[in-house]
Amino acid sequence: MSAHILPTHTRPAGTPLARFFVALYERMGVLGLIAIAIVLVAVLGAVLAPVIAPYDPTVGSVTQRYSGMSAAHLFGTDQAGRDIFSRLLWGARSSLTGPLIVVGVTAVFGTLIALVSVWWGGLVDALLSRLLDLLFAFPNLLLAVLAIAVFGPSITTAALALSIAYIPYTARVIRSTALRERNLPYVQSPQLQGISGAVITVRHLLPNIAPLIVTGATINFGFAMIELAALSFLGLGVQPPAADWGLMVSNGQQSLLKGYPAESLLAGLCIVLTVASLGYIGEKLGGRAAAGRKA
Amino acid sequence: MNAAAEPVIVVDSLTRTFHTGRGRTVTALDHVSVTVEAGTCLAVVGESGSGKTTLARIIVGLERADGGTVTLAGRVVAAKARRHELRRRAQQIQMVFQDPQSSLNRRLPVSTAVDEVLRAHSRLGARARRERCAALFEQVGLEPRHLTARPDELSGGQRQRVAIARALAADPAVIVLDESVAALDVTVQAQILQLLAELRAEKGLTYLFITHDLSVVQQIADHVVVMRRGVIVERGTTEEVLGNPQHPYTQLLLECAPRPGWKPQRGMIRALREEIAS
Repeated sequence: MSAHILPTHTRPAGTPLARFFVALYERMGVLGLIAIAIVLVAVLGAVLAPVIAPYDPTVGSVTQRYSGMSAAHLFGTDQAGRDIFSRLLWGARSSLTGPLIVVGVTAVFGTLIALVSVWWGGLVDALLSRLLDLLFAFPNLLLAVLAIAVFGPSITTAALALSIAYIPYTARVIRSTALRERNLPYVQSPQLQGISGAVITVRHLLPNIAPLIVTGATINFGFAMIELAALSFLGLGVQPPAADWGLMVSNGQQSLLKGYPAESLLAGLCIVLTVASLGYIGEKLGGRAAAGRKA
Repeated sequence: MNAAAEPVIVVDSLTRTFHTGRGRTVTALDHVSVTVEAGTCLAVVGESGSGKTTLARIIVGLERADGGTVTLAGRVVAAKARRHELRRRAQQIQMVFQDPQSSLNRRLPVSTAVDEVLRAHSRLGARARRERCAALFEQVGLEPRHLTARPDELSGGQRQRVAIARALAADPAVIVLDESVAALDVTVQAQILQLLAELRAEKGLTYLFITHDLSVVQQIADHVVVMRRGVIVERGTTEEVLGNPQHPYTQLLLECAPRPGWKPQRGMIRALREEIAS
C-alpha cells in the first residue's frame, strides 16, 4: 500500500491519480483519508527509520538527560538521554511488525479452519469447533504469558502466542459467514456439477468472504497492537534497550512522575492514533462489504 | 413427446424429517413416491413448507433422505457419492435455483459459471469452450456482450438465463427447476417459460418444476403433483388436476389463485380449510 502511494508526492496529480483519490475519498470519507494518512506515516516512519532518525535509538548521553523539545532533539530525550523522536521511529518497527505477524497468522489459519469446517461439515466441523471452544477458554494474554514463560520473552513468541489466541475469534466469524454463503446457489450449483470442493472453495467461497477477512484483520491489528504493547510494557515482549512504543510507555513511567511526560505520552499517542485509524479503516471497509452483500 | 414413456426419475417412499430444535420436528416428506417419464414436465405444487423444495433437493443429491430411494435413469442417487459418480449424475440432472441474485458468483464474469462446467465435463480447449459458451448463451437468448458481464450488470431474467445456460452446459437429460420463475416479474416469467418450452421441444428434456404458482403449471406442465405437509394429496395430468380437482386442498389452492373477476372469499376458504382438517 505504501509503495503504491509513495510516488504521488513527487509527481503532479495526473488524471488516473486524481481519479484514484476521488474514489478513495468517496469510499472512505475525510476521516478515512486522515486515518489512511496516519497509518501511512507510521509505516513510512518504520520503513525509513534508519534514514530519517537523527540518533541511534539505543544510545543515550548522560549529559543530555531530559532535554526538552529543541532543534537537536525534536521531542526531547528520555531519562537515559536517548532521542525520543528516533526511538519513536525505530519503535514503529516492532510495534507494527508484531501485530502484522498476529493478523497474518490469524487470517491464514482462521480462514483455513473456517473453510475446512464449512466445506466438510459434520464430524470435521464438530471437532474443529470444539477445538476452537477449547482455545476460547484461555484468556489471550494468559496464553501469551504462558508461551513466554516456556519459550522466553521475545516479540516473536509473544506475537505467535497471541496469534493462536486470536484464531478462534477470526475462525468463528469467518465460519458463520462462509456457512451462509455455502448454502447459496452459486456455491451449490458447481457442487451439483461435480466440481471438487477445494476448487469451489477457492474460486467461489473465498473471494466472496475476502472483504470480511480483510476487515477482521484490520480491526484485529489494533487489538494485537494494544495487547503486544501491554506485553512489552510488562517486560514480556520487546526487550530493552530496543525501542518499542509499548516499552516506551512503560519506561516513561518514572519520568512521568518526575514531571517529564513526553516519552510515555508520545508513545501512547502513537499507539492510540494507529489503533484508532486502523479501526476506522476496518469499519469503513466492513460497512462497504456489508452494503455490497445487500445490493 | 416421447411415446416410450420411460420413467427417468423414480422416487420411492421418500421420507425426511427436520429437527427444528427443542425436540420439535417437521416432516418435510412423508413417504413420497413420484415417477417422472422421460420428455415430460412434472409440476410439484404446494404452499411454502409443503416439502416440495426438499423433494427437489433430495432428487438432485443436495440433501439426504431419512428413508426411501431416488432412482435416476436406473442409478440410485445418494447425497454422499464419489467424484466420478457426482460427475456422471451432473450429466444426467441439473438444477436451476429460485433466486437469480445469489445463483451466480458476483465477483466473476457470468460466462465463468458456464465455462467451469464445460471444463469439468469436457476435454475442450479454452477456445472451444469460449465458442461453446457463446453458443449456449445464444441458445438461452443472451447476446455475446453478456459473456463478460458481472451478475450485477444483468437483470433478473438475464441472470436466470445464464443459470439455464449453466444447467444445459453438461447436456443433462433432466432439469429440476426450483421456483425458477418465482422471483421474476410476469412478463419476464412468460419469456423464461417460453424459453424453457422451446429448449424442451428442441432437446427432449425432462423437467421437474417446483412451483407454488398454478398459472405457471398451466403453461408448462404435463402432469401435476399436489403436496401438502410432506404428503402428496393429489396427482394427475394438468387438465385433470386443474380442471377437476378432487382433493379439497387442491380446490383451496385453485380458489386462492387470482384470476379475472376473482375476489377473496373468506367464508369459502375457511370452509375448505375445515374440510381439509377433518
